[in-house]
Amino acid sequence: MTTAFRISAEPIDPRALERSLEHASTGACVCFQGWVRDHNDGGSVTALEYEAHETVAVKEGDKVVAEARERFAIHTAACVHRTGRLRIGECAVWVGVSAAHRGAAFDACRYIIDEIKQRVPIWKKEHYAGGASGWVNCATRGPAAADRRVVP
Amino acid sequence: MIDVTAHYFAAFREQAGCDSEPVRTAAATAAELFAEVARRHGFADARSRCKVAINDEIASWDAALEPGDAVLFFPPVAGG
Repeated sequence: MTTAFRISAEPIDPRALERSLEHASTGACVCFQGWVRDHNDGGSVTALEYEAHETVAVKEGDKVVAEARERFAIHTAACVHRTGRLRIGECAVWVGVSAAHRGAAFDACRYIIDEIKQRVPIWKKEHYAGGASGWVNCATRGPAAADRRVVP
Repeated sequence: MIDVTAHYFAAFREQAGCDSEPVRTAAATAAELFAEVARRHGFADARSRCKVAINDEIASWDAALEPGDAVLFFPPVAGG
């Protein structure tokens, strides 16, 4: 059985993942991609590094997707999150949902990405222009980022 | 006293200077062990923002520790 949530050290292929949602009974498909952007909270970001505890992340991520299936009238839902060092513009996370109707697909997609960000053991280290780095959301940050507050 | 293994990730790993370490402790709960290792390594994140897993299962902070447990301390997560 394939898991609904997956950690990937390899680049995400959103088009291939989207095709995995197709089914004759579905009339709506909502996909979310989180991309690495070049700034955060006023700082210039050059790269991101993601770390995960894969065993616990998959258990918790699967729970999130299962919750979405219970709460919303959807057909298929899946999520893939990257690990490793990512460049600006790369896809860090993909969430896809298919359903008979668009309302449930939008709601379930939003639910999954919001819960993943809150609950799944994945950490993000920002690398800044100038060479400093810092773990996002954590109390101890790189010197250049020490006075920045990051809102999840 | 019981023997457990404390595991650290991301910011905690860097602050502790290791992935994991054996700990002989009088701590009865995950919360008590966290207080002990946080003091030792200078972890600055509030416990309420962190998570703990015991033997690869997310646990509550008041979960009782058993000898041989692998206790995983997760700093604030930041997926997405």
